[in-house]
Amino acid sequence: MADARVVSIWRGSKAIFWRDMRLIWRHRSDIVNPVVFYLIGITMLPLGIDASRQLLAAIAPGMLWIMAMLATLLSLDALFRSDFEDGSLIQFQLSDQPLYLTVLGKVFAYWLSTGLPLTLIAPILGLMLSLPADGYWALVFTLIPGTAVLALVGALGAALTVCLRSGGLVMTLIIMPLYLPVLIIGSSAVSNAVAGFGYQRELALLGAGLALALIIMPPAIAGALKISSNQ
Amino acid sequence: MSTVAPTMTEANFLQASLSINSISCERDERILFKNLSFRCDSGSLLQILGFNGAGKTTLLHTLCGLRPAAEGEIQWLGTSILQNLAEYRRSLFFLGHQAPVKGHLTVRENVEWLKALHGSNPSGSVDDALEQVDLGAYSDTACYSLSAGQRRRVALAQLYLNQCPLWVLDEPFTAIDKAGVSRLSERISEHSERGGIVVLTSHQPIELSDVNLLDISRFQPSPEEQLYCG
Repeated sequence: MADARVVSIWRGSKAIFWRDMRLIWRHRSDIVNPVVFYLIGITMLPLGIDASRQLLAAIAPGMLWIMAMLATLLSLDALFRSDFEDGSLIQFQLSDQPLYLTVLGKVFAYWLSTGLPLTLIAPILGLMLSLPADGYWALVFTLIPGTAVLALVGALGAALTVCLRSGGLVMTLIIMPLYLPVLIIGSSAVSNAVAGFGYQRELALLGAGLALALIIMPPAIAGALKISSNQ
Repeated sequence: MSTVAPTMTEANFLQASLSINSISCERDERILFKNLSFRCDSGSLLQILGFNGAGKTTLLHTLCGLRPAAEGEIQWLGTSILQNLAEYRRSLFFLGHQAPVKGHLTVRENVEWLKALHGSNPSGSVDDALEQVDLGAYSDTACYSLSAGQRRRVALAQLYLNQCPLWVLDEPFTAIDKAGVSRLSERISEHSERGGIVVLTSHQPIELSDVNLLDISRFQPSPEEQLYCG
């Protein structure tokens, strides 16, 4: 009986995960948008600043991380918007499945469609900025937990502002301060790797951050959605 | 793995009772209604009336436990719904005035995700439900190409899939054609004959026997009271 309960608790979040994956796949321009932004942003850098290898290599770790963060921010606003507008959010709340698990299913689908593509394209963009060879693995390894934290924290901002007509700016102001530690730790890990030092400490910090976000964020997002949908 | 969460049996249906004890609801610091009380026993059907903005939807949301009542208490099976919200939600099916239907999913996919979300009382197949709402031929059509009434029917298919004793329906007849309305009325009376409770809002008179009417405009506070509380 206890087993059946566990299975049935995950059923709702699995259903929402696959529903969102289907929606994202049929609406592919949504995934492409942040990736294209990332690509264009990084491509413009050498043109706008200076194409010398030395300079580009020096700013590459920071720029790759900042652009990844901005690309995530760009796509966050739509995360709960359509569910709020068509009443799906009320159905999530009234389901016998815990809301935080449903939310976790949604955020996971969101990360697979933005965080993961950004991580996968980052090494190619690193090549454009002539990132030294030692930095590539550090970049990919830190972006994986890093973008996951960005998605979880960003989802909280999206949940808090979903009822506002134009919540984009407010959301940015809410989540930017929370993004700073991730940015600092992530880019310093890549810089350390480039300089030939280890980056295990930063990786451990990002991992700890992800664990913390996984525990704290889903209930916080669920609470924020409950408040927002009552407006 | 194979065991299913306990389903609502017929006996549970017959015990169903919902009572509202003098609740008041506020919205944006304005009192919508005061001292509203009613009681629904197994098999009863309640239509809530009121002018636009009287607070019908707010009342239904309060009834579902989505927002707290400013005063008073809502009881399901004799205990306050706040005491066992999870259990209450398992016996409740709510459909708002918007249809939770995604344009980029097919009719079947839309019915399936909503079913999975409410699926601790599973019954009936999706195919049968789609036949019942006249969408059998559309099961693989993307919902963005459907009309407003058809989208509404996609959401209404849930009424043939769940085993919840309490249905709370906000404007279920909107955008539905004549044949659809009589089919839906039939389903609602079937449900109440089994012992289920239906609470719904509608501006049109509904063609069902034994409908209890509740006009919430009568529970509006007087202007003095409104001023006093504001």
